[in-house]
Amino acid sequence: MKVLVAKPGLDGHDRGAKVVVQALRDAGLEVVYTGLKRTPEEIVAEAVQEDVDVVGLSILSGAHVPLARRVLDGLRAQGADDVRVVVGGIIPPRDVETLRALGVSRVFPMGTPLPDIVKAFQGDLA
Amino acid sequence: MKELRTHAGFPIEPVYGPEQLADLDVERDLGRPGEYPFTRGIHRHMYRERLWTMRQYIGFGTPDETNARFKYLMAHGQDALNVAFDLPTQLGLDSDDPRADGEVGRVGMAIDTLADMEEAFAGIPLDRVSVSLTINGMAAPITAMYFAVADKQGAPRERVVTTPQNDILKEFVARGTWVYPVEPSLRLVGDLIEYSARHYPRSNPVSVCGYHIREAGCTTAQEMAYGLAIAAAYIELMVRRGMDVDEFAPRVSFNFTAWGKIFEEVAKFRAGRRLYARMLRERFGAKNPRSCMFRTLIGGGGSAFVPQEPENNIVRGAYIALAAALSGAQTMALPTYDEAYTIPSAKAQLIALRTMQICAEESGAADTVDPLGGSYYVEALTNQMEDAIVAEMAAVDRMGGIVDAIKSGAVQAEVARQAYRFEQALASGAVPKVGVNCHVAEGTAAADPEVELYAFDPKVAQTQIAKLARIRRERDDRAARAALSRLTDEARGHANLLPAILEAVRAYATLGEINRAMKDVFGEHKEPVQW
Repeated sequence: MKVLVAKPGLDGHDRGAKVVVQALRDAGLEVVYTGLKRTPEEIVAEAVQEDVDVVGLSILSGAHVPLARRVLDGLRAQGADDVRVVVGGIIPPRDVETLRALGVSRVFPMGTPLPDIVKAFQGDLA
Repeated sequence: MKELRTHAGFPIEPVYGPEQLADLDVERDLGRPGEYPFTRGIHRHMYRERLWTMRQYIGFGTPDETNARFKYLMAHGQDALNVAFDLPTQLGLDSDDPRADGEVGRVGMAIDTLADMEEAFAGIPLDRVSVSLTINGMAAPITAMYFAVADKQGAPRERVVTTPQNDILKEFVARGTWVYPVEPSLRLVGDLIEYSARHYPRSNPVSVCGYHIREAGCTTAQEMAYGLAIAAAYIELMVRRGMDVDEFAPRVSFNFTAWGKIFEEVAKFRAGRRLYARMLRERFGAKNPRSCMFRTLIGGGGSAFVPQEPENNIVRGAYIALAAALSGAQTMALPTYDEAYTIPSAKAQLIALRTMQICAEESGAADTVDPLGGSYYVEALTNQMEDAIVAEMAAVDRMGGIVDAIKSGAVQAEVARQAYRFEQALASGAVPKVGVNCHVAEGTAAADPEVELYAFDPKVAQTQIAKLARIRRERDDRAARAALSRLTDEARGHANLLPAILEAVRAYATLGEINRAMKDVFGEHKEPVQW
């Protein structure tokens, strides 16, 4: 499985993203990390170019709903709707369902144990 | 017996005694409080003469809403402000910039022009209240706006006390609100330090932050080592620009956290004060004792807070406050119990303020100077921490010095590696966390839905954008454009940019316009992603 871990929008908190990158690599996955402050359009382009199976968005600023929507719309527009999108960060409970309804496969709110994230990539996302 | 280690990684003995202090030279290593090398604190009587400043981090929505929250906390005894800006403001984007979509007023207040800053501080006397501004890449223009508001209020310049964070180097390591490449970013840091030292003598034009680097995952020793190395880089910069170290060093301040093991945190600050004092005297030749004082805000530590059973975070906050008091903080700010997943509510902010007040008034932690001084354990830890910090600073030197190590991404990679190690220790239970990996309540949701959540109002952006359009319409456009083109011209040279920035601010040029005027010359930073 190939994964793109991305930081969309303006949020500069990348601890979580970088921890997940290392954990997924240790679990044997191929992982590309975008670095900070990518636009949803840049992330879609990179996902298509790198031909990834999953895009993981890390967002701690609260702008997760509009940003995830733009990534999902962009992937659909590129005919890449087979790419699954997961979201991690400070996601309040009320937004988890909103994200799922948009088409996000899994949401990992603040406090999700790291092994659970790795297991998800080895399990239902694999 | 189970082996225990400090966050910095060295072992903790079950018992400490005089044998651990055989090498301690009390006069040389500790001195008296208020005297070089300030190990025991920077003031002779510390809190008996003046309590720490209580400065909760606040800002959200429009300047109007933030102004109301400022006044609410001041009415409850908070004596200073600590302003949060939204991400577009921190990155120099106007509220109507397409990249600001969804972010306006979200993690702090939105500032587009001087008019917003006037509104944010309406009715708050800037000659009497000290205000710290959590702003880095945009520190020069935002601080210029603050100075302009203070001028308009008629505040005498020598009574204006503001602390813009202005620590761009740590932004490249953690937090990420960089805009320009490293070198022009450093020039702006220097411009603001120089301008403040000459025109606003009581302002603290840089607050060097180990805090955010620790929050990003480094160890306690690295937090202090990177902070001291970054401070040294700024001091060197100013000396190279021709300033005398004693002209600006007394106004250099710090911002650190204290969320870990209480005694290790106290030792970290005692060792840090000693190392900083020696560095200023021995390496930079400072003669004014005030130049050698490590003046610091201690607080934060939101990364230690968890969404599981969030009320427990109130207890964690109380321990942070205690550690900060025992460490000799000049200023304190605590995370709020709901911070792990929402913008703090007024209630949560009041509890954080009350926590500091209880620590100050009831706990006895403020009754005497450096109450842990002389403890076998804390003195031994202070010495070990000093060695660990020196070793980490030497590691930075091997990476080519802090500036090059940041340009290459080497420090960032090390911090991320430590963050991963810590996360693995949490997962294995080696680092205990109540409610997370031990004493876990049956059926606790990862995020407790009972916590009151901040309802973000999308109208904030509309209000802000409408106001911005009105300002652009009503201002003297020719004056704004002339000021912006002067700024671009001066950015090409070597003059201090603050006067040109102030002229643009006073002409109601927008933050986005001021940013572009400089970006046209400076270009943009490219993040070194060592991944």
